[in-house]
Parts: sequence; C-alpha cells; structure tokens
Amino acid sequence: MTPDDAIEVTGLSKRFKGFALKDVSFRLPRGYIGGLIGPNGAGKTTIIKIIMNLVRPDAGAVKVFGLDHRAHEVEVKSRIGFVYDVPGFWGDISLNAHRRALGRFYPRWNDAVFDRLASEFELPVNKHFKALSHGMQTKFALVMALSHDADLLIMDEPTAGLDPLFRRDLLQRLSTLLQDERKSVLFSTHITSDLARVADFITLIRKGEVALSLPKDELLDRWAVARGDAAMLGRIDPAILRGSRRRAFGVEALVSDVNALRRAIGPEAVVDKATLDDVMVLMTAGDAHAA
Amino acid sequence: MRILIANSSPDPIYEQIVRQVKTQIIAGELAEGELLPSIRKLAQDLQISVITSKRAYDELEAEGFIDTVAGKGTFVAAQNAEFLREKRMKVVEEKLAAAVGEAQLMGMEYGQLAEMLRLLCEEAS
Repeated sequence: MTPDDAIEVTGLSKRFKGFALKDVSFRLPRGYIGGLIGPNGAGKTTIIKIIMNLVRPDAGAVKVFGLDHRAHEVEVKSRIGFVYDVPGFWGDISLNAHRRALGRFYPRWNDAVFDRLASEFELPVNKHFKALSHGMQTKFALVMALSHDADLLIMDEPTAGLDPLFRRDLLQRLSTLLQDERKSVLFSTHITSDLARVADFITLIRKGEVALSLPKDELLDRWAVARGDAAMLGRIDPAILRGSRRRAFGVEALVSDVNALRRAIGPEAVVDKATLDDVMVLMTAGDAHAA
Repeated sequence: MRILIANSSPDPIYEQIVRQVKTQIIAGELAEGELLPSIRKLAQDLQISVITSKRAYDELEAEGFIDTVAGKGTFVAAQNAEFLREKRMKVVEEKLAAAVGEAQLMGMEYGQLAEMLRLLCEEAS
C-alpha cells in the first residue's frame, strides 16, 4: 500500500448466520471522499464496524493511515471521527457532560470548535441525549466527530432521517473539511444523490461483496443506461453489459462504455448517462431484496 | 471567474468547467495573471468532487490556458497575441464546421452556403 491511503481494506471475510462478507477489498486515498453504496443489508455497516474494530473479521486486514487498525487501535481511533446510524451515546447524560467525558480522550480536542458547531446546529447542550430527536442526535454525533480535528471521518448512513436542508449543509461541511488535503471522509448511504456530486470514489457493495470500486467520474462519465426492445440486449457486447432488467414496455441495460454502446445499438434505443441510482438498481436487479 | 454546472448536460462536469474557463480567457474576462481558486476551493464552491476539479485544471494547464506555481496557486497564463488569435480562429472554425454539418444534413450545396456566408458578412460589416 502507499502511505497516502487513508483506508486500505484487503480481503475481508466474515460469516454470520444467513449473511457473509466475501473477500472485500477497496482503498481510499488520503484527501478524498469515498462513498460506500448498496441496498440495505448488503454489508456496508458490517464493513464499517470491522474498520472501527467493533466486529472482528474471520479473515483479511484493515490499515488506517498505513497502520494496522488493531495493533495501533488507540492512535488510529484518536484520529477518526465516527458518526453512525444509531449514535452510541448515553441517554441520561447531557450533551455538555458528553463533551467533558469524551473530549479528554482526544489529544486534539477543541472546546471552541464544539461550542461553535453546537450553536450553529442549535443543539440544546444542557439536555439529555435521549431527549433529542433522531436528526438532532445525528447532528450531535457530527459535532463530536468534528471537534477533535479528526483526519478521517467515517460515517454510516449519516443522512438517513435528515431533512434536505441539513443534508446539503452536511455535504458543504465535508468539502470544507477537505480544504485540508490530509483529511479524508468515508461514508455509507443508500441515498445516492447525496454522494453523486461530492464523492471522489464509489464502492458498491452487493450481497457482501464489492461489485465495483472506482473513481466516481469514470462511472458517471462513461457508464450509461440504454432503454430499448428485448432484441437490443443481444447487440450489446457482454464485456460492457453490467446489468439489465425487463420492464413492462422494454428492457433497461447498464453498460460501462457509452461510446461502444452507441456504436453497437441502433438509433431506436434511448441512451442516458447513468446515475448512481441506476448503477445500484441495475447491478443488484434480481437480488431478492431489490426485486 | 463564473462557472455554471448543468447536471442534466450530457457533457461531463470537468468539460463544462474547461469550456467556460477557456471562453472567459479568450474573451478577456479573465485577465492574464489573475489568481484562480485552488482545486479544493473550486470543488467546495461548486460542490463537486476534488477529482473533477483537478481534472479540469489539468486539462486547462495542458492546453496552456493556466499555470500552476507550486505553493503560490493557479493563475491565468500569459497569452501571446498570436496564440490568442489562433485560439479565436479555432473557435470560428469550430462554429463554421457545425454550420457545415447542419447544411449537409439538409442537403445544401456549397454555392448556397457560400452565398449565405457572404450575405451574413455584408450585414455584419
């Protein structure tokens, strides 16, 4: 691995009852935003939990900032800001008390940043954590993550349950964070429009496996969706056909090379640029939960 | 610098940036030596990925429109008069080529096209 990777995941496997991660590998270079996308239950949260050493894999390795995440757990975690779907804070303790209790574990903790963000997000700092709405709890988790000058922000479904205004605000804050080119962000979501613009790298997880992992621009500039009749599928080179599904009035096909597609199919098919939603839906078409 | 990104455009975002910056440099709206936003600042302002803004700047630099000075920033490159004239000619050529393409699609003959161009030039002068 190059020392400039924020995260490098190699060959992760984990077997649970009724679900397995299989040979998951991807990397996120330092200074960029990476997105983990995939349907619910695909394994995104498990991967993040393994990176955070909350779940132990059966096989595989995780390096964060070039360091083994278990051998250097304390250093690695002090440089990560972690926001997850169901924030794990104490219900009966006020936000301010959380700050006092948790801040001391981070060498670069900054009270001034906490105060500024808490007031920008209008957080009731004297209230107990459990009295907060879900959106407020997520905001608090984000404030905690941003207050210790983390080099890597890892977020599991941070935008779930948030209104569009705050989602925009969150994305703006991420790119502000990236003004420092040593900082990186990994976030998982099934709301792909959040990632479509700001993400640099996209990793699609499907049934516990990496279905694709590549720079987002390559995906959105070269991939396309063609809609036509059933005969169209036969004219598409299998090497570029990445997914398809039958609709009531024709066929939809996802291809990884729009130019080759245009040469291969006639003018009667309609071709659109692929969106992340198209990629996710068409690559997982036929899976039980995506039907 | 003024950049407007259309999500619905079939053109990739980096191409939209390249085209708009070039147009502004050729038109003289961006003056030689003017400081441009950093790659990361541009990405933040447009809410696009860093890779996208880097690719746009790489392309502009390769074509000689901008210069990056390590530690100082990115600037509009010095454009010599002849070079600029050549670039403007290229814009004219591209637009004429598009017009020729349209004309051929509808079966216009060279004579008709030349006549149309002559009339347009007379009108404009």
